[in-house]
Amino acid sequence: MTSATLDTTVVTTERPAVRWLLTGVALAFLGLFLVVPLAAVFASALRKGIDVYVASIAEPDALAAVRLTLLIAAVAVPLNMAFGIAAAWAVARFEFRGKRVLVALIDLPFSVSPVVAGLIYMLIFGAQGWLGPWLNAHGVKVVFAVPGMVLATVFVTFPFVARELIPLLQAQGSEEEEAARILGASGWQTFWRVTLPNIKWGLLYGVILCNARAMGEFGAVSVVSGHIRGQTNTLPLHVEILYNEYNFAAAFAVASLLALLALVTLALKTAVEWRVARRHAGSVAESAGPQWVKP
Amino acid sequence: MTGTRTRTKGVLPGFGLSLGYTLLYLGLIVLLPLSAAFIKASGLGWAAFWHAVTEPRVLATYRLTFGAALLAAATNALFGLLVAWVLVRYRFPARRLVDALVDLPFALPTAVAGIALAAVYSRTGWIGRLLEPLGIQVAFTPLGVIVALTFIGLPFVVRTVQPVLQDLDSELEEAAASLGASRWQTFRRVIVPHLAPALITGFALAFARAVGEYGSVIFIAGNVPMVSEITPLLIITKLEQYDYAGAAAIAVVMLVASFVLLLLINGLQHRARRGEALGA
Repeated sequence: MTSATLDTTVVTTERPAVRWLLTGVALAFLGLFLVVPLAAVFASALRKGIDVYVASIAEPDALAAVRLTLLIAAVAVPLNMAFGIAAAWAVARFEFRGKRVLVALIDLPFSVSPVVAGLIYMLIFGAQGWLGPWLNAHGVKVVFAVPGMVLATVFVTFPFVARELIPLLQAQGSEEEEAARILGASGWQTFWRVTLPNIKWGLLYGVILCNARAMGEFGAVSVVSGHIRGQTNTLPLHVEILYNEYNFAAAFAVASLLALLALVTLALKTAVEWRVARRHAGSVAESAGPQWVKP
Repeated sequence: MTGTRTRTKGVLPGFGLSLGYTLLYLGLIVLLPLSAAFIKASGLGWAAFWHAVTEPRVLATYRLTFGAALLAAATNALFGLLVAWVLVRYRFPARRLVDALVDLPFALPTAVAGIALAAVYSRTGWIGRLLEPLGIQVAFTPLGVIVALTFIGLPFVVRTVQPVLQDLDSELEEAAASLGASRWQTFRRVIVPHLAPALITGFALAFARAVGEYGSVIFIAGNVPMVSEITPLLIITKLEQYDYAGAAAIAVVMLVASFVLLLLINGLQHRARRGEALGA
């Protein structure tokens, strides 16, 4: 028994030198492409000292950008959360024609360039767009204003929650919900008391990812924003303006806020993954993990 | 697995509401706006459309965008496989931290990635300074575009290959070894064919993402027409010149490219899942 185990370990792994070499190359690659740029953000942000750093963030335009970023995420994320739950319920609990097409269409925004995502809202709501003249006549601003930026953000973050919940609900099956119904629970009671507790970690996971993208989106929002300082500037757009003005210390100071957001996102996401993996060391962990990657 | 479980129309409520809301929201947010690009572009007429999407300056952006995306995805296929292999097969300090860090390009806003890469690879930057004496310039050249696209596509291959590698049955490798295969032969003849569908899917995902990427590229690219200008940037340039139809025409080309890629990726994943089901 022991000799057999020893043999298989020997034949199914590499010599130590090869192992160290491969690990070294992999870590060097990740260091070069991930760690160095990340460290550069913080180093450049603090290069002119902590006073400049704090001043760059506490400046009114930067604070306005923080507020707008939070506002856009606060509208876009709940919208996509509600959609994700509805879509997952329809897809995972019922059979209907064209289901595969529907699931593919839900993923569509991920494969559309952010710039194209911004452009299509310009084509509808812009001055030359379908609804532009009518909106203008009624004094409603959509593009170059907050509503257009919210719409563009909703578009690019559209699939995040749905694609987490669909496989999760499918994997769980509907026995518990059917039992609740047969025992006399109403539809909403079943949803609140049975479905939601079962999917809460997957939902949280999707919301974390959706929020990170909503706060960090650049291309789509940039097209519809109009770049009005203090009014239609989100944090990423503010970073661009400062950078293009060669105000690098301030640009990286604001960028470091977004980098911190990314690190917090990664930490939360990893915590949820570990928790789910510990709870059910099986199917659920799988569906919480790699879904992010699909198109 | 779920096909037989979902014949529950009688018991579970909310079919009409959930599907109706899904379709309405999908239509209003995604399908209707996307159709605007096609309708706007079709207003040009065939000749003008063809001219708009095949101008020399536009063709140059396709070459750079698709070429750089291809090279970046290939780099990621190679190193992504290596990273996934090391993370799954070997134990080393801080392995779980490294594993979590792989997703950084998903979480880091693209504008931040863009200015960080531009700073690191500029002539005075941490890495650019080392490359300068070798005559290699990364920032503000097409090479910079490849670097940025490699960064944003990095997690795709790792995250598609990793689970397949984790589930790979060690009996296969033992059998190959017992039949006299060397470790390298086992890797090439047994492991790589098993990973191929996931590897190709990851490659396609990284490529699709890279083609549409904007934020991380524009800061490092230099954006010189005909040389280092990407297609999404040209769309923005056309918009700023109020050439909405021209912008829509190029957008249609990009949309068709991403639809084709999406179909391809869906087909690949469908095949990979079927293969898994049959294998198990």
